[in-house]
Amino acid sequence: MTEPSLSQKEFIAKEKQHKKQVRICRGMLLVLLLALWELCAELGMIDSFIFSSPVKIWGCFVKMAGDGSIFLHIGITLLETLASFFLVVVIGVGAAVALWASRSLSEILEPYLVMMNSLPKSALAPLLIVWLGNNMKTIVVAAVSVAVFGSILTLHTGFAQTDPDKIRLIRSLGGTKKDILTKVLIPSSVPLIISNMKVNVGLCLVGVIIGEFLSAKAGLGYLIIYASQVFSCEYRLIRKHRRKANAQHF
Amino acid sequence: MKTKLEVKGLCYSYHTMEGETQALLDISFDVKDGEFFVIVGPSGCGKSTLLSLLSGLIKPEDGCILIDGVPREESRAVMGYMLQRDHLFEWRSIFSNISLGLEIQKRLDQEAKKDLAGMLDTYGLSQFRDARPGQLSGGMRQRAALIRTLALKPDILLLDEPFSALDYQTRLEVGDDISTIIRTQKKTAVLITHDLSEAISVADRILILSSRPGRVKNVIPVTFAPEYDRPLARRNAPEFSAYFNQLWKELRDHD
Repeated sequence: MTEPSLSQKEFIAKEKQHKKQVRICRGMLLVLLLALWELCAELGMIDSFIFSSPVKIWGCFVKMAGDGSIFLHIGITLLETLASFFLVVVIGVGAAVALWASRSLSEILEPYLVMMNSLPKSALAPLLIVWLGNNMKTIVVAAVSVAVFGSILTLHTGFAQTDPDKIRLIRSLGGTKKDILTKVLIPSSVPLIISNMKVNVGLCLVGVIIGEFLSAKAGLGYLIIYASQVFSCEYRLIRKHRRKANAQHF
Repeated sequence: MKTKLEVKGLCYSYHTMEGETQALLDISFDVKDGEFFVIVGPSGCGKSTLLSLLSGLIKPEDGCILIDGVPREESRAVMGYMLQRDHLFEWRSIFSNISLGLEIQKRLDQEAKKDLAGMLDTYGLSQFRDARPGQLSGGMRQRAALIRTLALKPDILLLDEPFSALDYQTRLEVGDDISTIIRTQKKTAVLITHDLSEAISVADRILILSSRPGRVKNVIPVTFAPEYDRPLARRNAPEFSAYFNQLWKELRDHD
């Protein structure tokens, strides 16, 4: 390899400098925001009881990490997310292939898929509890229902856009529909499937949290609901105290 | 020379909800064994449809296709089809691209692999065996696509404007290259093109199709003196422009 020229070295140094600056500024922005939050809470500009503060949150995390409960909740949410993600990928790819293989099937099911996709899943979740019980199954099903219909629609649209000439090529070489599927459709759709998976993992987490809000004994969603309910009790008590104090004042 | 391919009274229409489009009307011609047969015509005259019919990708509405005197559906003859673009799959190496046909027909054994390696060698692609298609030039890609087609040992080669996606200079070189390969292999070939000079430079006979619906206007035999008998040399031959003018006139005549 030849030694890079001076201008090339300069260019590389400049690029590296730029990337370093971006990294530093990103970190500093986070620190700045946290510091501002903490400062406002300390000075009483915001009520730290409602808005909390970074130090308090950290303290709470350390406490929960101490007794290990935070890891239990994170672990359960993670497990549920991965399980539903796996199901979404399998069902999504499977159903999209089935729709691609049969034009009639895809035309019959299309309006149903669009409708199911636009249905607000959080409204469906209470029904799921009634149907499936107050357990992890409900949460996974809720998460799958959030992501799976969009996934099927996206993949099917992608599959339908496979280059018709590539399909002609396989057919001219004597290939069947199965050959088209395994030699063209799936390999050429790998980037699409991966980008779809990236979207799905986020949607699954959203679905799991929704599920945990409604029916769970553990997990991050449960923790959020638990905290907000406990908080609202405490909040109500405080308001009563204040009202009493105000009454005494007059 | 005996007749390899015979086409009699071929008709084909495309159907949509808006109506019917007659693409080909009463096409009849024959191709001799080892002949390089070229079909020219204005765009939209049904050239590609004709090739799809010959390859069996679509069924004719009327008429028949005979290979060695046997109807196409019953014939065991292998048709090799080369499309406009090479369609090498980017997710496969060159070797696994050229073995695609054999893989699909489950005929990829040790001997076939040796054959393929020999072909890569002959056509100067052996060092690209494990390369990705993206690393090859347009001409090399087209040669790889030809090997993929030849690997099935076709009796008849069908070429659907295989050079049209290349830039002009590469196109001349690859056209020369590929047609020489086909001639030395003594394959029967049917090439369709809208490029008149390309047709004259490779053909033994040229069939002229009219605009839609495609009908046979004329079949012109093309012969050159032996010293000019290579595609690039033909372009410099004195007869070349005479053939060109003849084709040009035939194509422009509106019945």
